[in-house]
Amino acid sequence: MPITAQPRHLLSRYDVTVVGAGPAGLAAAVAARDQGAERILMVDRDPEPGGILLQCIHSGFGLHEFKQDVTGPEYAHLALERVVERDVDVLTNTYVTDVSRELRVKLMSPDAGISTVDTGSLVIATGARERTRAAIKIPGERPAGVMTAGLAQKMVNLHGYLPGRRAVILGSGDIGLIMARRLTLEGVEVLGVFELLPFASGLGRNVVQCLHDFDIPLHLSTTVVDIHGHQRTDGVTVAPVDDDLQPQLDRSWDIDCDTLLLSIGLIPDAELARQLQLSLDPRPGGPVVSSTMETSLPGVFAAGNNLHVNDLADWVSQEASAAGAAAGDVALGRHRARQDVTVTPGRNVAYVVPHTLSTERSQTVSFRVKQPIYGDTKLHLGDAHQRKVRAVVPPEMVTMKVSPKLLDGFAGDTLRVDAIPVEEEEES
Amino acid sequence: MGDERVRDVVIIGGGAVGATLARALSRFHLDVALLEWQAEVAFGVSKANSGIVHSAMHASPDTLKGRLEYPGNLGWRQLHDELGFGLNNVGEVLVALDDEQLVRIEQIRQQGIRKGIPGTQAWTAERTLHAQPNLTREVKGAVWAPTACVFNPYEAVMLVADVARRNGVTIAEEQRVVGIDPPDVEDPDTPLTVRTETDVWRGRFVINAAGLFADDIAEFAGVRDFEILPRKGEEYLLDKRLAGIVSSIIFPCPSPVSKGTLVNPTVDGTIMVGPTAQTVDDKFDPSTTEEGAAQVFTNARKLVPTISERDIIAEFAGLRPVSDTEDFVVGPTERRGFINAAGIQSPGLTGAPALADLLVDILANEGLELEEKADWEPTAPHPVRFNQLDTEDQQELARRDPRYAHLICRCEIITEAEVRDAMDRGAHTLDGLKFRTRVGMGRCQGGFCTWGCMQLLAEHQGIPIPEVTKRGAGTWIVCDRDDHPVTTARTGG
Amino acid sequence: MAEPTRAPDEHAAEETETYVYLCTSCPLGCRLEGDAVDDDVIEVRGNSCKRGIKYGTQEHTDPRRAVSTTVWLHGGPCERLPVRAAEPVPKQKVREFVQALQGLVVEAPVDFGAVVVSDVAGTGIDLIATREIVSEHGRELVG
Repeated sequence: MPITAQPRHLLSRYDVTVVGAGPAGLAAAVAARDQGAERILMVDRDPEPGGILLQCIHSGFGLHEFKQDVTGPEYAHLALERVVERDVDVLTNTYVTDVSRELRVKLMSPDAGISTVDTGSLVIATGARERTRAAIKIPGERPAGVMTAGLAQKMVNLHGYLPGRRAVILGSGDIGLIMARRLTLEGVEVLGVFELLPFASGLGRNVVQCLHDFDIPLHLSTTVVDIHGHQRTDGVTVAPVDDDLQPQLDRSWDIDCDTLLLSIGLIPDAELARQLQLSLDPRPGGPVVSSTMETSLPGVFAAGNNLHVNDLADWVSQEASAAGAAAGDVALGRHRARQDVTVTPGRNVAYVVPHTLSTERSQTVSFRVKQPIYGDTKLHLGDAHQRKVRAVVPPEMVTMKVSPKLLDGFAGDTLRVDAIPVEEEEES
Repeated sequence: MGDERVRDVVIIGGGAVGATLARALSRFHLDVALLEWQAEVAFGVSKANSGIVHSAMHASPDTLKGRLEYPGNLGWRQLHDELGFGLNNVGEVLVALDDEQLVRIEQIRQQGIRKGIPGTQAWTAERTLHAQPNLTREVKGAVWAPTACVFNPYEAVMLVADVARRNGVTIAEEQRVVGIDPPDVEDPDTPLTVRTETDVWRGRFVINAAGLFADDIAEFAGVRDFEILPRKGEEYLLDKRLAGIVSSIIFPCPSPVSKGTLVNPTVDGTIMVGPTAQTVDDKFDPSTTEEGAAQVFTNARKLVPTISERDIIAEFAGLRPVSDTEDFVVGPTERRGFINAAGIQSPGLTGAPALADLLVDILANEGLELEEKADWEPTAPHPVRFNQLDTEDQQELARRDPRYAHLICRCEIITEAEVRDAMDRGAHTLDGLKFRTRVGMGRCQGGFCTWGCMQLLAEHQGIPIPEVTKRGAGTWIVCDRDDHPVTTARTGG
Repeated sequence: MAEPTRAPDEHAAEETETYVYLCTSCPLGCRLEGDAVDDDVIEVRGNSCKRGIKYGTQEHTDPRRAVSTTVWLHGGPCERLPVRAAEPVPKQKVREFVQALQGLVVEAPVDFGAVVVSDVAGTGIDLIATREIVSEHGRELVG
């Protein structure tokens, strides 16, 4: 099976154009095709489709989407197989630099030059980018050797270089935890993972398998307060933080290291959304979407990490399938599901996606909690639905399937999503 | 690179002063070398500052820096025409927030008028808010000075050095001066010998344009009669999303020691706020601080209330080489042939082109013969700024050279062709590329383009990836694995 | 259940040992408590599902880990080929398993799921490619 499929020739008009060929883009293209759209273009900036999956060589992917535990590259392969079976034009090494509100897409590629295509609908599947040193304002010098964990992952897993010899990792996001193990196995000394918050921001299984297994210390409620080195990093100062997350400098200590990896979170890459002047939800940072992932500009859909940062690629694929199918429908001029229920984040809920629901179709509501609840928890979707779960933690996205039946009688309402400890609820 | 050949002029320091002087000297039949201790020119003081060509009304005409300010302003604009670096004539709005400040800013305007600055206006509060609607409602009035510009000082200095090189000046980087031989008592006309860590340079004249280290260089020459007191300025760059929040440089009414915190629409479309002004001991301390950030944002919000720390995409600190004389230290010294161009604090960047002309005059007075070249070429092909072209022009470029259709930096829309042009003009480090082309300066701060840039740098210089640096010796980015390919497995396929 | 390896009188004196593991079967991360007598797990508590009991037992008697890493790739679109162990590797063998792959170079093309090395480091476990490398990209290996 050819893993890259260049289009025979670029059409001037497509039914559906998908920007990005990571897990979201791949699933959206497949769903759009299966919905009956015929002319589908998928564009990716990298030489091969797969997106960030290709550098995520670890396992833990695919349990939901492919019913097996696979690595990132395998997930990409399995997802791409579905695309290749379906006659989709895939254009790699190509950027979408601009999209007009009339859905004219400007493409740039060394092979195809600079060209424009018109599209009936557009799926934005551009993923997320990493927060950098600037985003959290670490004071100190500006030596070489401060790198985001994802860039280090690319250097190590795709290109065979190490980011340094003695590393400190700031932030306990999943990429940081995974890289702690990865670097240790490649002979880099990982001196510790430091997390500002009192809990890890990555998944529990990664704390166990990436840190505990290798005796890498995880320092919670501790952060990097200074970076040293005129040329290359030669050390950092770390300090515990108080309840207000303020560093207690009198309790700080220095660590000799040549590398500081930052795993301090991902932000939706919402550039196209901004260009298109879509309504954005500041909390997850991506566009406001309907239950079919359609944004405030009709015909433009968003799915995956550019909408909100997911914990599992599997959820990205599922969300993007919904977006791709709806993008196909819109391109073919079919009826749009009525969006007649509004959802909004309530108690202990950081954000909710999508922002509206339909009484006409089944949909999935995804959200993240703000504070961990380590015990029985009641999830509410207004008065329409409630469900008990064992625990909720911020690293894990919570999903609720919502059928039209559940929403019966709630048309026109706003439903608040709450996550409340059961005991607290019983008291009140 | 250095050799026994005696050059007419050896310039120590490849910043704004050294580079503009090198260019000014390149129009004459002279043998000139420019020594820079860092990996590339403009990596010192010239790199980290507010990036402003000042309106020229602020500095007193009683000082040298005040006299050079306006001619320097005009000089940069001419260089912009010749070389095509980014420069926007956005003008300055000097804001008063109370009646006392209204008096003070009018005094500054009158000083500007005496210095010959054209076009200044005294604005009412209403007029000010009409021009800059996002300013605080507390504004009492302002002075408008149309002469102020924003520019990329590093890009400008790099292109000025490049045009000097095209006209025959030797540009030598990673040349840290470690000594200057004592004078020959037998023969005072013996050229000066400048020793760097790796080379020896000889010159009839040596110009000390060494920025933060000018006092150390003067000491090597035996004529240290001033001290450089580094004054730190922290600057914060905000997301391009805020473009348009101000359309001119917004100045507060200055205090006796500082121009204060500015809000500044950079040529690249970001908003810059800063600087702080703090005297520090360490000439190697480009650190930003929490206190600095707090101070900058508190002050900036007094001018533009909606500015927020949340929008920071990058931050940096620069050191300004303030001399203990509080003015420029320029001119011949007791050491024959050794000429200072030191203590070039604000508005030294603005004044640099005029200072270069002054230094040429000084050299002539000291006996340097100036014979103009017939073939001097002050202009050079302007760097292409692809992201500022319309689609038709972009397509035309991409048809001629497909590397214009290959994006290296997606945040700033920088193409492979632009990166290669920067390397052809001397960029050989990641920072060098960044400051010339803006790769890696956008939202993702290099997360995406770093690898592509490293590959191009390695290929252009014929070096392995681990030898690619951020900004020269000691600033490696990645290292090799321990294992080497020894066994080969074939899996079929 | 394994046969006791010690003499019956010693076994009689054996205390019940209680251990704690964080279940990694799913993102929920249940805190498991288990009781074991002489390596025989007699009870697992704190689980939310059956997988917890299986994990708690396995983790105590024979902990294993999924192992993925990369090896040098010659002639591909990038310098490293992602690979993984075909089945979980005993936890104490993980470092040895990865170490054994140092210096290994694989030539393109590579089939998806191809066995790259059989029986890595005497574990009896094969190493398989997790990415398809289609054709020669004609690039020199750097490093």
